[in-house]
Amino acid sequence: MMVGIQARDGEGLAAAPEPAAETAAVKFSARRVSVFYGAKQALFDVDLDIVDRSVTALIGPSGCGKSTFLRCLNRMNDTIEGCRTTGRILLDGQDIRDSDLDPVELRARVGMVFQKPNPFPKSIYDNVAYGPRIHGMVRGRAETDALVERCLARVGLLDEVRDRLHEVATGLSGGQQQRLCIARAIAVDPEAILMDEPCSALDPIATARIEELIDELRANYTIVIVTHSMQQAARVSQRTAFFHLGRVVEHGSTEQIFTNPRQARTRDYITGRFG
Amino acid sequence: MSTHHTVRRFDEELRRLDTAIAEMGGLAEAQLAAAVTCLLKLDSATAREVIAGDARLDALEQDVNAQAVRLFALRHPLAEDLRLVVAALKVSADLERIGDYAKNVAKRTAALSQPPPKSAASSLRNMARQVQEMIAMVLDAYLRRDAERADAVCARDVEVDALHTSLFRELLTYMMENPALITQCTHLLFVAKNIERIGDHATNIGEMVHYMVRGERPSADRPKGDLSSVTAPPAGNGGQ
Repeated sequence: MMVGIQARDGEGLAAAPEPAAETAAVKFSARRVSVFYGAKQALFDVDLDIVDRSVTALIGPSGCGKSTFLRCLNRMNDTIEGCRTTGRILLDGQDIRDSDLDPVELRARVGMVFQKPNPFPKSIYDNVAYGPRIHGMVRGRAETDALVERCLARVGLLDEVRDRLHEVATGLSGGQQQRLCIARAIAVDPEAILMDEPCSALDPIATARIEELIDELRANYTIVIVTHSMQQAARVSQRTAFFHLGRVVEHGSTEQIFTNPRQARTRDYITGRFG
Repeated sequence: MSTHHTVRRFDEELRRLDTAIAEMGGLAEAQLAAAVTCLLKLDSATAREVIAGDARLDALEQDVNAQAVRLFALRHPLAEDLRLVVAALKVSADLERIGDYAKNVAKRTAALSQPPPKSAASSLRNMARQVQEMIAMVLDAYLRRDAERADAVCARDVEVDALHTSLFRELLTYMMENPALITQCTHLLFVAKNIERIGDHATNIGEMVHYMVRGERPSADRPKGDLSSVTAPPAGNGGQ
């Protein structure tokens, strides 16, 4: 069920019953990734493998670098003035800084969902159709209609909005808007979806629906989620990485991290003994 | 646990769980000691006290259960906190069972019409003392979060099992030599079995302590020394 502990720190951990991470397909492979905002270093030599078609949760206190790392995965940090990244991130073995790989194409392959739902100030329909249109993925009305319906159905929104597809998206509830943003992300047929605290602005019911959706989506997509809720990380992810002060302190199966963390700092954080 | 929880009340609640387990452990050990003593002295008055005393263990177990459920619901314990609450839940069940066995030993006092044969009494006393020590030691391991000490308790169960097997043989021999002793010796067989089972529960607790401290089950299968289930009467002595 879970993939195994990556023995980064050289511990054998042979007793772990799960197959080792090395045997699961790796989607992203980060090596010695450091990020600087001007003179301030936010990430220090991060090594982390993200397993394909599973959910990886990034946890840690505010300012630990988890969101910075998330934004490295589709080069969103490049859009931040004064931000500099070193090290390598491979996506399916290809360096994401490869000159052959256009950042726009990268961001289509690696979609993103943000903390606050941010639909375009357009219709529900256009929010989903926008990406496929500009990437030339659909031709004609019928094909676009079919894609929009398919994506809305995938996120469980179609039945709720079928009669108002051409109404403005900002009229939807927060939870609906967030599911629309996920529909928009999957409309361009990505391989991975990055989620930065996707539920922190939602009520528990809307949160549960997003979590259920994340669980369904992992059959087809690699999902990386940043969350401040330990319970959410435990509920939705198969693997968890704990960040602290810009470094990955520990990374392993979610079950192991939450029942038997190997590092004292991980334990202190998840049991609420920090600082 | 080097540092405190940010929410101090959580620390307090976990300490309360420890206090309840410590009280249960002390009580279970005392119940066993008193039960064996009154059985060997045919002291029915004390036996009745032991029987009545079991209710306190039952109540404490209920209390630990309620505390644990509350902690799960309100604190969402994780990592070592999670293991501690799970361990308290399981350990309290084992201690409650130990109390039941001690009570059963005390109950048999009324059924014995004469003191047990000297050598059997001494074997029973010896077994009970070993098991009492196991309970004391495993509780100590629990409260100190000491996995090695817990493992040592589990290792001692082999001795108890061996004592039980030998006592089983001894009692069979008495019964064959003197059928008038069958009723008494049958009760003593149950008593011995009860004490042996208490040793098993102490071992369970030891395994839980190991899990609580280390986050994994003890590795090796522990050796089993109880052969009473395959022990036959001595050959040629009334055996068919």
